[in-house]
Amino acid sequence: MEWIKKMLEGDKRACAKLITAAENNPDEAEKIIREIHTHTGHAHVIGITGPPGAGKSTLTDKVVKSLVDEGKRVGIIAVDPTSPYSGGSILGDRIRMQDLALNPNVFIRSMGTRGYLGGLSKYTKNALKILDAAGYDYIIIETVGVGQSEVDIVKIADTILMVMVPGLGDDIQSIKAGIMEIGDIFVINKSDLFGADRTATEVNMMLDLTMDMERRPPVVKVVAVKNEGIDNLIREIKSHIQYLEESGQLEKRRKNNMKLEVVELIETELRKIVISHTDKDNKLDGRVAQVYSKEKNIYEVRDEFLKAIRKDN
Amino acid sequence: MSKIIRVLVAKPGLDGHDRGAKVIARALRDAGMEVIYTGLRQTPEQIVAAAIQEDVDVVGMSLLSGAHNYLFPRVVELLKEQGADDILVIGGGVIPDDDIPGLKEAGIAEIFTPGTTTTEMIEFIKNNIKDN
Repeated sequence: MEWIKKMLEGDKRACAKLITAAENNPDEAEKIIREIHTHTGHAHVIGITGPPGAGKSTLTDKVVKSLVDEGKRVGIIAVDPTSPYSGGSILGDRIRMQDLALNPNVFIRSMGTRGYLGGLSKYTKNALKILDAAGYDYIIIETVGVGQSEVDIVKIADTILMVMVPGLGDDIQSIKAGIMEIGDIFVINKSDLFGADRTATEVNMMLDLTMDMERRPPVVKVVAVKNEGIDNLIREIKSHIQYLEESGQLEKRRKNNMKLEVVELIETELRKIVISHTDKDNKLDGRVAQVYSKEKNIYEVRDEFLKAIRKDN
Repeated sequence: MSKIIRVLVAKPGLDGHDRGAKVIARALRDAGMEVIYTGLRQTPEQIVAAAIQEDVDVVGMSLLSGAHNYLFPRVVELLKEQGADDILVIGGGVIPDDDIPGLKEAGIAEIFTPGTTTTEMIEFIKNNIKDN
């Protein structure tokens, strides 16, 4: 493909076109990913997650500026929610990243979730691979504003920043399961506000309760709009990268994620086979009628379908 | 799967009135489009950089300061320089009738002045974006 060649040469428009193709059409996505696979795996992926209004976009802006000042190339994927009613969305993360738009070493792409619930879009992974192949040193993925259980970012990021702000709840919030477990670095943003010390203390106490942690995540206080504490945050990010590389965790994490991805791909194809069987001659309707009339139970029906599928494949 | 239309809603120039732009953004969202809003006081260069990275089908500009005769054509020109002249460019705001023919000649596909319904604009976008 012509666009792939251009993308590998660093052309931003080609990169954008490929992301669109991979976002709209699974077959196109497969073609692209097959071709660029050997070019991927070089970028360090930083996930930025946290509740709506915590300052994820502003923090992204500041972190990226700092990395760009070091001479790095940075790609950003900013995800915002898609309306479940119209399928449309308003993607507004760029508002906080105005100064970056013209930087030759920065590429920003906004994505709608398009019905996907894990805090990302189903296609974020594809976009990530394209930016990786395009040679960006760091790729920042900003999730939608998350609640308590949108943890898909762990499946694609190497380093996860969990952004929190003072005043969102009592200390029981911080010992719940879910997003509080996935942070590699906890960032307390807006830490010039009342209650910031308390929030930091609560997070620290929560982290001290976990016994079997290989590496205790640091808690970093920042004021992103004022660019305060960003240097410290960058140091912590680098220290995490160093830890991942030296401990072998980077390879382990990435391999784990690849396993999930392969299984997911297989499941997608298997599902197609299953549907082609159940839909054929309204077979499923017929079987369900038998279950309803107590002629058969659900497991007998399952076994019949499995038998038929095995015979055909 | 049908392609979702992506629109960049941009505010070039120095006026700070983005209520109109936000109403438009909301209407396009409700019409099932992905709307990228970039905020106030964008230079043509910033608008074009965003349009290219976001790979939008449409750039819609809202301007109330009177600088449309320079800023709108400048965006078209920069898009062309980048080989992205397949992107549909439209404009809106308080634009005097006399200025409209010149703007269209410069490559702005349509100018929507006060009184236009959002439905008219949505129809125009759907009928005029280029298949690519």
